Amino acid sequence: MGFLFTLVLLVLTLAVAWRYLGSYLAAVFDGRVHWLGWVERPLYRLLGTAPEKEQSWKRYASAIVVFSGLSILLTYLVLRLQGHLPLNPQHLGDVNSALSFNAAVSFVTNTNWQNYGGETTLSYFSQITLMVQQFVTPAVGIAAAIVVVRGFARRRASTVGNFWVDLTRCLFYVLLPIAFVAGIVFVGQGAVQTLAGPATVHDVLNGVTQTVPRGPIAFMETIKQLGTNGGGFLNANSATPFENPTGLTNFLSIFLVLCIPVSLTYTFGQMVGSRRHGLTLLAVMAILFGSVLAVTATAEHQNNPAVAAAGVHSSVGNTEGKEVRFGDTTSALFGVASTSTSTGSADAAYDSFTPMGGFGLLVGMMLGEVSPGGTGSGLYTLLLYAVVAVFIGGLMIGRTPEFLGKKIQATEVKLAGLGALVMPVTVLVVTAIAVSTAAGRVGPLNHGPHGFSEILYALTSQGNNNGSAFGGLAGNTPFYNVIGALDMLLGRFAILIPAIALGGVLASKDVVPRSLGTFRTDNAMFVGLTTGVVVIIGGLTFFPALALGPIVEQLSHGRFF
Amino acid sequence: MWTHLRRSLVMVMFCTLVFGFLYALAGTGVAQLLFSHQANGSIGPNGSTLIGQNWTGRDWFHGRPDDAGPYRANPRAGVSGGDNPLVANGVHGESGATNLGPRSRTLLADTRALVAFWHRLGVAHPTPDLVTTSASGYDPDISPADALVQVPMVARATGFAPGRLRRLIRDQTQGPQWGFLGSSYIDVLSLNEALARLRGRS
Repeated sequence: MGFLFTLVLLVLTLAVAWRYLGSYLAAVFDGRVHWLGWVERPLYRLLGTAPEKEQSWKRYASAIVVFSGLSILLTYLVLRLQGHLPLNPQHLGDVNSALSFNAAVSFVTNTNWQNYGGETTLSYFSQITLMVQQFVTPAVGIAAAIVVVRGFARRRASTVGNFWVDLTRCLFYVLLPIAFVAGIVFVGQGAVQTLAGPATVHDVLNGVTQTVPRGPIAFMETIKQLGTNGGGFLNANSATPFENPTGLTNFLSIFLVLCIPVSLTYTFGQMVGSRRHGLTLLAVMAILFGSVLAVTATAEHQNNPAVAAAGVHSSVGNTEGKEVRFGDTTSALFGVASTSTSTGSADAAYDSFTPMGGFGLLVGMMLGEVSPGGTGSGLYTLLLYAVVAVFIGGLMIGRTPEFLGKKIQATEVKLAGLGALVMPVTVLVVTAIAVSTAAGRVGPLNHGPHGFSEILYALTSQGNNNGSAFGGLAGNTPFYNVIGALDMLLGRFAILIPAIALGGVLASKDVVPRSLGTFRTDNAMFVGLTTGVVVIIGGLTFFPALALGPIVEQLSHGRFF
Repeated sequence: MWTHLRRSLVMVMFCTLVFGFLYALAGTGVAQLLFSHQANGSIGPNGSTLIGQNWTGRDWFHGRPDDAGPYRANPRAGVSGGDNPLVANGVHGESGATNLGPRSRTLLADTRALVAFWHRLGVAHPTPDLVTTSASGYDPDISPADALVQVPMVARATGFAPGRLRRLIRDQTQGPQWGFLGSSYIDVLSLNEALARLRGRS
């Protein structure tokens, strides 16, 4: 019953966000929001740019690449030199080169995959440096999505916006205020926010002395969720009470994760002048999200097979790797929200989910993270799929396909196809490399099919810039650090750049008038077609791999590995 | 290219300053001003109510077995409990779960060992929470059912009537937040502190 009410509240709050945050986002990127103009203008002067100075898609994309490259380099240097930098109350040493490379790439690609435990590896200085990327990378993702939206909205335009202006506006008008207000709520609920080091306490009742890890956790927590980043301060992420203390913060986490990706469909609808088109994309996201949630929540409400075999009956679902204050189904909801966006935060141990529960999480990522996907990346990836759907629809009725009045021709389909296929190809190739090399095979903690699932999950997660893990995999090896970093770079930029290119190509086109024969892209038929394209591309490419992992594990009744 | 690089450098520096340090400092300031108890870890005289502890013996209610049974910390063998995050009893570790899969032989053996562990303590029918470890490795809470099955054990060891202990559990139970967010739970440290107060009075 509680779960049902949680879902109802989530849908209601997201509906409000969709309408109002969605139109606010459109206003921000149209340059109609000015309340922080006194910060914006000096910054533009410092950057030597101005909102009127727009860029071509090539300039825009190369700015993102250079900016991201420099961010990786500087983040890497901070981690490598951590021992010599301030704000290090635990006197932690420098981070090794492979791990620093993986972590720097991970945070700059919005992945937040962590091959380390934060509380025992990183100083406060390093954590804060990584947190900067938790602000910046979602803003980059949203900016890229806005370029694609402008592609549909503009006619015969040679420019798609100014990257520095879009980035600044997104940071100041969207991410900063929401994260800050949510941070205050999190602290009020019990999340920790201090620059003092760990505390030592002695309990006279049981004689236990504890050293309690602390840090500036709460405010990193909110931007971690809002920016669909996912990398927490502590190793156990949102499962730890210091990051996510109560049922309310858990709900807020889920809301923060979903609110921007969901609202961006409204933004899209408003900017292209057809809210119905925004609703169409939202419907695709909701159908995929609901299906995955149904599988995972049902699976997690079953007992854990090992616990059942040990003779313990459960009416509270699979409790292994879950926190009492959240419970089974709410943890499943959190997991699905986290893996269907590019978040990857966790309030439960995904490795200990039942086989079908883990299957749902994997599927959320393998569908390309479009339900609703990461901040910005969800919308632009879904638009790539929608272009493919339009193309297929056009082939079926034998007309030149159009989407929002823009003719979808060879260039557009090539770019969309490239963006849609890069992720499956990358993930499957690196997984094949990992399972066929000794360095890859030493990684998993678990044996049997679950061991394979751990490798598949790790490389799917990084290839989709998700960052969640089947945590048993020992990923802090040179092999996994380097292959994971390449996986993350391709998963981010080999989709983001084609998406921006698509935006640029579309922007330069004129709009053809609607006719009776125009294939409609704002009705239930198109929702079904786009959902079908997403499911077929994801299903056909990943089904064999899934069959070797969670599916065979589910079918192995009575066997333990 | 050079324009991009110069602007990138300015932007990275600016963001590090504003969205890193200013944000973290302002957040810390507001947090310490408004909620200093929570912001510093909800630490009371006997520890933080948000971090589980290792309770031994039959005269206390136990938390989840993150640091007990087969997961008991063993410094000599390098076992830090259920990956207990704390320097608890001198053992270092990080927060985290066991990460054992649902069809893991180790998990089956550990669960059996935990059932036997509870039987030895005098808990005849341990609940699922009590034979599985949490996600954080230091879940501070148990469900009301987890506490109720421990009543006969605590009653025998302390001499309190089972009815009195059940009343204590009822008083300490926190419902789901707003009536539906999350599950009902009991903070084990608070429960045992209440038990200690009861002892002090009798």
